[in-house]
Formats: sequence, structure tokens, C-alpha cells
Amino acid sequence: MANDDIALMAHLIRRAGFGAGREELEARAATGYEATVQELIHPETQHDVDLDLMERYLPEYGEGTALESLQQTWVYRMINTGRPLQEKMALFWHGLLCTGFAKVDNGPITMDYLDLFREHGLGSFKTLLVEMSKHPTMVYYLDNVDNHRGSINENFGRELLELFSMGVGTDGRDNYTEDDVRAVSRAFTGWNLEPTIPVFPYGRCKWRFRYDPTDHDDGEKTFLGKTGRWNGEDIIDILFEQPATARFICRHLYNFFVADEPQVPAWKDTPPRDMEAIRILEKAFVDNGFDMRPVLHTLFNSEFFKDALFLKMKSPADVVIGTMRLVKEHQEVKPGLFPIMLETTFMGQDLLNPPSVEGWHTGREWIDSGTLVERINFVADHVGDRSLPGIRLIVDRMSNGTSVMSPEEFVDSCLDLIGPVEVQKDTRSALIDHSANGGELRRATEEERGDFSRRVTEMLQLIVSTAEYQYT
Amino acid sequence: MATEQRERVIVVLSLSGGNDGLNTLIPYSNANYYDYRPTLGIAEDQVLRINDEVGFHPSMVEMKRMYDEGHMAVIQGVGYPKPNRSHFRSMDIWHTCETDKIVDEGWLGQTIRELDPNAENVLSGVNFGRGLPRAMVASGVPVSSVGDLSTYGLLTGIEQDQRIQALEVFSRMYAPAIGAGPVTDYIWETGRAALKGADILKVAPEMYSSTVEYGNNAIANGMKSIAQVHLADLGTRILYTTSPYNVFDTHANEAAMHSRLLGEVSGAVADFNDDLREHGRGEEVILLVFSEFGRRARDNGGGTDHGTGSVCFVIGDQVKGGLYGEYPSLEEGDLEDGGDLLHNVDFRSVYATMLEKWIGLESRPIVRGNFELLGFL
Repeated sequence: MANDDIALMAHLIRRAGFGAGREELEARAATGYEATVQELIHPETQHDVDLDLMERYLPEYGEGTALESLQQTWVYRMINTGRPLQEKMALFWHGLLCTGFAKVDNGPITMDYLDLFREHGLGSFKTLLVEMSKHPTMVYYLDNVDNHRGSINENFGRELLELFSMGVGTDGRDNYTEDDVRAVSRAFTGWNLEPTIPVFPYGRCKWRFRYDPTDHDDGEKTFLGKTGRWNGEDIIDILFEQPATARFICRHLYNFFVADEPQVPAWKDTPPRDMEAIRILEKAFVDNGFDMRPVLHTLFNSEFFKDALFLKMKSPADVVIGTMRLVKEHQEVKPGLFPIMLETTFMGQDLLNPPSVEGWHTGREWIDSGTLVERINFVADHVGDRSLPGIRLIVDRMSNGTSVMSPEEFVDSCLDLIGPVEVQKDTRSALIDHSANGGELRRATEEERGDFSRRVTEMLQLIVSTAEYQYT
Repeated sequence: MATEQRERVIVVLSLSGGNDGLNTLIPYSNANYYDYRPTLGIAEDQVLRINDEVGFHPSMVEMKRMYDEGHMAVIQGVGYPKPNRSHFRSMDIWHTCETDKIVDEGWLGQTIRELDPNAENVLSGVNFGRGLPRAMVASGVPVSSVGDLSTYGLLTGIEQDQRIQALEVFSRMYAPAIGAGPVTDYIWETGRAALKGADILKVAPEMYSSTVEYGNNAIANGMKSIAQVHLADLGTRILYTTSPYNVFDTHANEAAMHSRLLGEVSGAVADFNDDLREHGRGEEVILLVFSEFGRRARDNGGGTDHGTGSVCFVIGDQVKGGLYGEYPSLEEGDLEDGGDLLHNVDFRSVYATMLEKWIGLESRPIVRGNFELLGFL
């Protein structure tokens, strides 16, 4: 099997999922790239995780009252899902159609909102946007509960335009005016909640959406130059007539799956990194009636995607979930996931609780001196643990042979088996020199293999500490 | 003793979970208190009285001593309008000073940026704990977050003699001769800063010597680490630590738990102050002790539920001790939302006072508004 095939498959599985160990990558590469893409974009053909089993053995996962239990559940699902793209898209939408637990403070509806992304995340974005606007988590998070006929609250209306559909501007021009924000806010009056059950003493109950026609402002509104007695769905219809919406969502997809873009507030004035790629995605989006599946199919098969190896910074979720999948840990229900889950927060991504409605800033903004130390130490501690099956596998492959390895061969094999990872020339030289200084790399006898395997894991620890390893 | 002019420092201890203010500063002469607290009320003769109306919880002996010495400001009735009783959101509000919108820059992060605009010192802000509290977050501001000062560093999982070699390789990989684009260059720069920060911080416990013996608990460990870093003169201006996560969330079994926690806080804070004084450094530091909210006036039989207006402390040898603000009324009709103490001092007044009078910074952009300055500095 050509090594290029493995590298490309590793790239696809890192981006469309959360990475995989070597055996899985080889099996998938043998099945073929297009077959794997088809499997990914059709999650319904694959088994999901066994939630019953999970909740039976770790009931606190399913209970869903505290943020930490919700986070554990999601981390467990991301590690073990048979539908990696479904979970990856849930993470994508969670970072885009943001709500935060800090404000919502209700586990059941927070998890229900995530299920919305699982259900519609690969389907029509238009449907998703309508369902999102009706979801109690969003209705509450962006104060549409306080948006009334005659007394509007613009929070949701503004973010629908600014962050969920068109963005502030495109190609240097504004996409909407303050009058448009007010029109949208009026159109969404009456999109409210049924009376909620108090937390004390009843606990968190699922809130429910209710459209209240008596609270809806049914008057005439002008939105983006169109006048009518618009309700919320009409607004979303009009939004999908705007090229800005296609541009905005495709740029988000590019930023999430292909290569880091500048932060969203810069998009009005900063052109996309690869305009041609964006145009290809926009065309797929519009031609297919805003359905995400064909857009992703186009994306994963495009040259711009296949050429985009290591052009993105790993998110904390990529780091933590990817490491668990590489070392094959927590692949069954067992205690001990709590401290693993906390690592995403320590690295700057408090899942289900983003810092604001803008979501997390991505790319290089994931990295500061505190989070870099967390990343490196977390991954190094795991790849240094020879008791973990995924690491045993790498060590066994490396130890398979009796010849003395050259430092070059040793470093290149480690880089290959843990990724494949590409590093700068200087980095590779530093690793090779270090290996050469450690003496001959012998693996013929039991004793030699003991020392050899220690040197393998030490090399893996150095590799995961490189700047290059922080990319996906 | 003549000391050289050193820069002023802010230390913050966050009591995570919502400290029961009513059982911290106890209105022992108020009959309503005992009506509201049939199980958790602290008997009048147990209270460490500071005047005819209020006194400290009996386990706060050390803090009572500091109060009597006149270097502890007790700010009563602290809170903010439209109180939020979610731990996360309320802590966010205290961190960011923004009560209405959700924003991502914290007040101390912005303060560090003002103090060290070019991020010249990787240790201008140091947090003890894993993950940064949002108070310390601001874009472009490097803050070191230290889980444990004695083991802090890169690649700490590698055994010692091999680790030295590993760190040499790391230094070499992070300082290549040729650049590799802005993002990779930035990671290298950040990695070098982290290594340097860890190297510098390593000296703090080595240089430190003191006759003060701190307690053996997480709060004391945090305060001791802060003292070590401050005394090592690393140029750190803002230091932060947090009690174990949500330990003050005493919905049940409060009597024993809260008593232990207040004892730990009181001991740690006093030891910290004694430690600084022993080194002749007590006048350089002020310490803020706060919590995201108080508890309900009424106990629930074994504990207390989330409430509002509470008490916070500002401590230091340059602090003008005493009571500030007013004790919230305990009259039935004065309770907010039927069961909570109404605040009368906005927490942003406390921050603004610290920023303006201690550090000499304009507080308005940081605390997001104009707030009355208090007299404790």
C-alpha cells in the first residue's frame, strides 16, 4: 500500500472524524478513499455508540444535570462513535450556532440541542436554522423569551444575521442594516417557551418551544428590501436567497475542515484564503438546496482538501479525542474519563460552554503558554505509556526486526506510525541527532528490545511536543 | 527597615461554589437571622464579635485577628443588579464585569495588558490551578497557569535524567534557524516562553524560606505558591488561585463543611500575610477574597441554596481595615425575590477601587462603567 494513501486517509479521518490508530487507517485505505467518504457522509449506515450500555454502567453520564456529566457523555461519544462525521458535524454546529451552559444551565435541553445537530447536521441547513430558532436552548440563550410584540429584544435577531447566516459583511460591504435587525427581531416575536417548571424543587426539566400568535408582531416589515408581514420562517427563506449566506457557511466549513481562516469578525474585510475553493463549495451548497451532505462530499473529494494536510491547528477536542483514539483508551465504559474530559477545558475548550455566542476563536488562538503546556504534557503522558494498546501496537511494529536501526530510519518510522506526521527539516535533524546520541538502536535480544521500546516511546513523546504536531 | 520601591501586586482568592455570607459575617444580634437559620444559625456566644451587630464565624479566628489589627476591609452586601444564581454565569459576571452580555475578556487579563502592554514578562500574570479563570483571559496576554509549582513544567511525565535531555531537544526544536510561517513561528515563540516561564518559576520554591507553616489543604497550597512567586521577585503583578471547584456549594451538610472551609481560608490568608511580613514585603500586596454569590437567607434544613448579596474581603498591610457597605436588611419584606439579601455595594466598585487606588489604572474600561470608589485604600 502506498504511504501516500495512508497519509491521505489519516488526513481524512482526522478532519472528518477524530483520527484513528494505524490498523484502522490501513483497513480504510484498503477499502478506498471514496468508499470511506461515502461511509462518513452516511452515518445512518453505521452503528452509533451503545447508549444503553453507557448509561447502565455510568449512570451519571446519562443523568445530564451537571455540565461535567454532559461533557463526559459527549467526549465518550466522540471517542467511540461509529459515525465520526456525525459527531464532528455536531461539534461544527455547536461552535457555530452557539449556546452556552453558563447561561442556559439546563442539562436535558442542552443535550437535546446537541441531538438536533446529530439529526440535521448533515441535512438541509435551512431546516436546521428553522429548528434551531425553535429550540428552547437557543430561544433562552439569546433572549428570544424576552422578545415581545411591541417590546422587542434584538439579541437573537442580530445574531441570526451576524453569526448564523450571512455575517456582518461580504467583500467589504455590509450585509444588513440596523433596520433589518429590528425587522428580524419583530418577525421572531412570539417564538417563545411554554411556562417552565421551576428548578427548585423540581430539578431541571426539558423546556418546550411554543409559538404564541398573540405575542407575534404580525405587522408589515421590510427585510433586505422585501416587504411583507414576515414571520420567522419567511426571514429564513429570504436569508437563503442571499449569496452572503452561502459564502458565510462555506467559509465556516472551509475553516473547520480544510485550513484555518482569520477569525469571523475579520471576514467582512478579509477575502477567503482560497476563493476558488469557496466558490466550489458555494455552488454545491446552492445547487443541492442547502443540503450539507453533497457539500461535504464535494469538499472531501476536492483537490484543495486533499492538498490541505496540516494546515489547521488542532482544537482541544481534536487533541483529547484524537489521543484517546490513537492510544486506544476509554474505548469501553469504565471509570476515569472525568479527568480526560477536563483536559479539553484546561486546553481552552469548555465543551457545551463556549466563552460567548461567537464560539471559540480557532487556529493559533487555541495556543498560549498555558494551553501549550497542557497539550504537550497530556499527549506526551499518554504516548509514553506502553501499557496502552495503541502505543503497544506502535512499539511492537517498531520492534519487529532484528537489524540495528539507523537513527534516520528510527525517527522516520516513529513519525510514520504516529501519524504520519510531517516535520520541518530542522526538527527532524534534532530528533535524529538525539537518537544518534542515545547509542545504537538494537532490538535483537529481549534486553535490547526493552531499552529499544523505551526509546520508541521517548521519541513519540518528543514528536508530540513539536510545533508540527499541534497541526491537523 | 528601608525597602526599595517595589511594584504593587494584586492577589485574588476565589471561593468557588457560592460562599454563605450570612454564616461568614454573622448578624448575631438580629432575631431574623435565627429565624431564617433554625439549623445552621451560629449561636450568639460562639460568634467572634467585631461590634454589637456582627461577628465572624467561630472558625475564622485568624481573620478576626487580622481584622483587629486593622488591615482587613470587610465589604458587606456585595453583589450586582439582577443577580444570576447559576455558578457559571455569576462567576462569569464577576470575571468579566459584564452583567448583561456574554463577553470573553476578564478584568485581570485586561489589567495585565495595561501593566505589560508588550507582553515582555511571561510571568506578569500567574494563575495557580488547571485552566485559566476567565478573569485572567484577554487576547494577547500570556498568563502562566500552574497546577503545582513544585512539578510545573514541560514534559513532566518523562523521568528526570531523560527529561533533561528531552528538554534540550525541545529547546532546539523550538528555536530553529529558519522560520516556518507566522503560525508555526508563533508556536515556537510560545513554547520558548513556556519553557522560560517554567524555568524561572522553578526558582521560586528553591529561593523560598520561611518560618510560616501553611496548612495542608488546597487553599493553603495555593496561597503558599503565590507567596513563593511573589517573594522570588519575578515581576509578577497579578496572582490568582481558586479553592477546589465548587466546594462552597453547601446545599447539604453545611455546618461541618462550611466550618472547615472557613477555617482553611482564614488560616491560609493569615499565614500568607504573616509570610509576607516576615520578609518585610507585606506592604506590596493586596488580597481580594470573593465568591460568585451568597446563599439564601433561609437554610434548607441541612444546607443553603444559591442566593445573592454576600461579603468579600480585601486584605493587606496598606488596606484601611473596617466594615464597608451596609449589612443587607434581614426584614422579610426587604429580601430580594422573597429570600435573598439585597446587595448595596456593586462588586465593580471593589475592583475599581483596587485598580485606581492601588495600581493607578483607569478603571472604567476594565470594569465596564463608572463605579463609586470605596475607602478601603
